[in-house]
Amino acid sequence: MSTLTDLVPGLEEAAAADGMPTVYARLEGLAETGRALRDAGFVVLLDAVPVDLLAAEPRFEISYLLLNPGGNGTPPARLRLKVRVPGADPRVPTLSGVWSSANWAEREAYDFYGIIFDGHPDLRRILMPDDWEGFPMRKDYPVQIKEPVKTYSPMQITAEEFVANIDAARDRVNR
Amino acid sequence: MADIEIPVLTTTVDKMVQWARRSSIWPVTFGLACCAIEMMAMSASRYDIARFGAEVFRGSPRQSDLMIVAGRLSRKMAPVLRRIYDQMPEPKYVISMGACASVGGVFDNYAIVQGVDQVVPVDVFVPGCPPRPESLIYGIIQLQKKIDGQKAFG
Repeated sequence: MSTLTDLVPGLEEAAAADGMPTVYARLEGLAETGRALRDAGFVVLLDAVPVDLLAAEPRFEISYLLLNPGGNGTPPARLRLKVRVPGADPRVPTLSGVWSSANWAEREAYDFYGIIFDGHPDLRRILMPDDWEGFPMRKDYPVQIKEPVKTYSPMQITAEEFVANIDAARDRVNR
Repeated sequence: MADIEIPVLTTTVDKMVQWARRSSIWPVTFGLACCAIEMMAMSASRYDIARFGAEVFRGSPRQSDLMIVAGRLSRKMAPVLRRIYDQMPEPKYVISMGACASVGGVFDNYAIVQGVDQVVPVDVFVPGCPPRPESLIYGIIQLQKKIDGQKAFG
């Protein structure tokens, strides 16, 4: 643990009730911190979990759950990497360049909490409908919304894309 | 006429058509959540909905008469449900299976439609969480009674 904070600059140890090693990272330079941790052996990013601590500031906290699978004589290890995010302008540098599993995890965080990930290659909603308004897992979002159900959604592809899909399928068959 | 020895059955075309319709209800395979497990149990050997002529689950709505909405319907899924319903040929029937499909169930939140009757017209509501296969079979029998009472033409 202490070797880790020596190895990776900008980490700050934190207590965790469940005893899992936990460190806080600074928001700026998060990608570099992530890369250093990955190179130190934490090659798996299991999940990125945002927390809304409404009325507190900084309002959001993201837990990145890291796994070092071990091997070659080193035991496996887990690490919880946390970062504090201000509520007024929730922007976090993306980690999708470090762990590719961060791509969808950050899309989910954006979908439900409205946290913007700078530099993300494809930041759009992943679970809610594309035209959804608001970020439902925020604590100031209403539980029930009284609005009529949308029963019609337009075709999501254009005529050109449709033709291109058919052509691509034909090419695959002919190959 | 009194000397006829062969058995004779008289009926109306209306009754015969409705008898044919109710005796072979083909449901569309449309399981949304855990209710679908009970729906599958209903169609499997133990409960055997084949006894009531509704065992042919079709993968295509174009070949189906009945949609069993088995589970909670999310707002994102609602257009899909509506489109599948629109693709089914007439006459078509809908069973809302379970608490979630009927009224939202425990999912009283922003994401779940609070009753599929907001999306499609429902013929039979089956209560339960999830309903046992017997309940769903009872629902199908209720639907058969309803079809029996309807007019085939007009």
